[in-house]
Amino acid sequence: MIKFENVTKAYPDGTVAVDGLNLEAPTGKLTILVGPSGCGKTTSLRMINRLIEPTSGTIYLDDQPTSGMDAALLRRRIGYVIQHAGLFPHRTIVDNVATMPILLGESRQKARTKALELIERVGLPASFAKRYPWQLSGGQQQRVGVARALASDPAFMLMDEPFSAVDPVVRGQLQDEFLRLQSEIGKTIIMVTHDIDEALKLGDQVAVMRVGGKLAQMASPSELLTSPADEFVADFVGRDRGYRSLGFTKTAGAVAIGEEAVVQLGASAEEARAKATGAWVLVVDGSRKPLGWAQPEQIAGGELKREHLNLSGIAAAASGTMRQLLDAALSSPSRRGVVVNEHGELIGTVTATDVVKAIEAEPHLETAR
Amino acid sequence: MNIEWLGRQFDTIVFLLGWHVLLTVIPLILGLLIALPLGWWAHRSRRIYPLLVGVAGLLYTVPSLALFVLLPLVLGTKILDPLNIVAALTIYTVALLVRVVADALESVPEDTVQAAKAMGYRSWQSLLKVELPVGVPVISAGLRVAAVSNVSLVSVAALLGIPQLGSLFTQGFQLRFFTPIIAGILLCVILAMILDGLIILLNRWLTPWTPKVVAS
Amino acid sequence: MNYLFDPRHWTGADGIPTLIGEHLLYSLIALAIAAVIAVPLGIYIGVTGKGVFLIAGLANALRALPSVGLLILLVLLISPAFPSKMGYILPSLIVLVLLAVPPILTNTYAGVRAVDAAAVDAARGMGFRTMKILTDVQLPCSLPLVLSGVRSALLQIISTATIAAYISLGGLGRLLIDGKAQNDYSQMVAGAVLVALLALFFDQLLAFITRRVVSPGLTRRTIKSASIAEPAKTPVTV
Repeated sequence: MIKFENVTKAYPDGTVAVDGLNLEAPTGKLTILVGPSGCGKTTSLRMINRLIEPTSGTIYLDDQPTSGMDAALLRRRIGYVIQHAGLFPHRTIVDNVATMPILLGESRQKARTKALELIERVGLPASFAKRYPWQLSGGQQQRVGVARALASDPAFMLMDEPFSAVDPVVRGQLQDEFLRLQSEIGKTIIMVTHDIDEALKLGDQVAVMRVGGKLAQMASPSELLTSPADEFVADFVGRDRGYRSLGFTKTAGAVAIGEEAVVQLGASAEEARAKATGAWVLVVDGSRKPLGWAQPEQIAGGELKREHLNLSGIAAAASGTMRQLLDAALSSPSRRGVVVNEHGELIGTVTATDVVKAIEAEPHLETAR
Repeated sequence: MNIEWLGRQFDTIVFLLGWHVLLTVIPLILGLLIALPLGWWAHRSRRIYPLLVGVAGLLYTVPSLALFVLLPLVLGTKILDPLNIVAALTIYTVALLVRVVADALESVPEDTVQAAKAMGYRSWQSLLKVELPVGVPVISAGLRVAAVSNVSLVSVAALLGIPQLGSLFTQGFQLRFFTPIIAGILLCVILAMILDGLIILLNRWLTPWTPKVVAS
Repeated sequence: MNYLFDPRHWTGADGIPTLIGEHLLYSLIALAIAAVIAVPLGIYIGVTGKGVFLIAGLANALRALPSVGLLILLVLLISPAFPSKMGYILPSLIVLVLLAVPPILTNTYAGVRAVDAAAVDAARGMGFRTMKILTDVQLPCSLPLVLSGVRSALLQIISTATIAAYISLGGLGRLLIDGKAQNDYSQMVAGAVLVALLALFFDQLLAFITRRVVSPGLTRRTIKSASIAEPAKTPVTV
């Protein structure tokens, strides 16, 4: 557990970066500090490992005040990941990851063995171990940064905008993998981001801060979307929060899934026309995995080929959220959303109307978190 | 070129070359050793940086012949004492390298320094294990310039009669004889190239991690 | 210091004012010639990217050449062809120019190169012709580096001109060389002090000029780019 008690940071010129912050990051959970630039979120984070000293108030690490500790020793207990990874350019990847264990007095041999394990754990091939940071892409460097922070197996991790310096596709991947990793290791993490979507996606709980270093609201992501504490939070969380809150509502059988007739590649135009509902027919492969939608009148005498497929639809998992289901319906050219099971096999289709009906009956639905 | 003269003077030339190497290399090493802490100090303090770099710049503007002549006043040495040359070249080397060392430490990415601190490196550990190693390419670039200039500067001392390769120039002038002059110039250039090459090799050995060898 | 305060040394054909005048005359002639050669060449290489190898190669090679040796070699080669004073003035000027070209050339090149590519692009986009881009954008932006090259070159010249007294050139070096010949240490010290003061004065003068003519909009950024292009002031190798 990391606890802030009335923590204030004021600079000699009178600016107050953090103002009387009270906050508790529970053990094993991922707590996110989010807010506009200048809200003191990074300052708050850096006060935990005392890269910045608080002006007043106390920060506790598992009920011990950090103020009495030796700063260097305190920092060795806390993993730290920053925006551009901050790797040591003069050390190989494996030596970067082994830094902390060696600093803590472990043998070089042992530290490297552990580092190699971690490199693979964060999704990098072991062959990267002997490379230098410049030989890696931004996303790969960021993975090394995470591995380095984990190397000493710290109970606490601080992450400062860890995924913001990479492109959106890589960012999504890193976030997904990080969630998976955290579900395995269960560290007590505080992460800073300016990206509310990232905060809602990753956080067990989210602390929204406002300019002037004050805490505006601390809540679970779905609570933040459904009941923002004030106008500032509502505005910061964003306009389409109603739609996005559906991302936290499990479908859990609440939506009626309709039967959908299917054809396979190679089918004749006649067969496709016979199976089609309206202008569109769903095409699947031999194991009933959806391939795309096709229009029978475009097949024009021949047989159904890949080039006839419309790929715009996004399949939703039956176990997914309302938002995914609605998105599947709206993105499909037939306006019927494809629903699949956990193996990616077709269950049936839903219409937007069906999903909306289920949403209107929301009190019966189980919320995700 | 009179090869026969060179053969006869071989011992003398080797003696002069030896002195030239000593007068070049000793100030280079002394200068680096002095510039490292001074450069670190300049890097650490916003107020000290302009002061140290300013003084270094002023020292650098003093022409070498003038410095050779003025140092005996300060050191209490004789005008012919090679110590004057060592002191003068050490001053030039320090003047050049103070700023280089400060800039080298400044060139270490802030993220890297912060990461070292956050992982619990104490400041001396961070300096020795992270900041200085990462600053090596910049420092060695400065060291190369200092080494090559020192070779040329040492030869000026011949005008005061201190023996080194420059003595070949004055001798050639007095005898109106080209051979020693050309030999002296060639030896100076070769010595400069060798020192330059050694520093490049040293840098390459210390920085296996750089994307490519730092171009000159 | 006695030598400096003796009024007899401040008048006449070999008085201190005459020596300072000579020193300045040779220095400024050499600087002007070097600038006329090096600035256009540096701009040309910087803009076209042709002949970049010249920059690195030339600068390093010339720094390694011992100027005393070069000076004496040229005097022995040239003086027989000229009966008069030109026999040592000409080789001295050649050496001074030769040593002054590299710092101006490399700095002009680096300056043109360091100009923000977006600024050049924007100028072209606004319809500036190549010549106009050069005079209105690239030159003003590279001015701080060009001037820092000129500053290094002038120090190099003042320093080398002192040494040229050894091959009979006039100027403050005379006090050092003649003092050495006559075992008159106070005369040598006087020469050394005057040369050092002259160098300091011109260094500060050029620093002052740089501050006056360089756009304040540039100073902050170019201080940084200057330190990248050139880790320190081009050293005086004499």
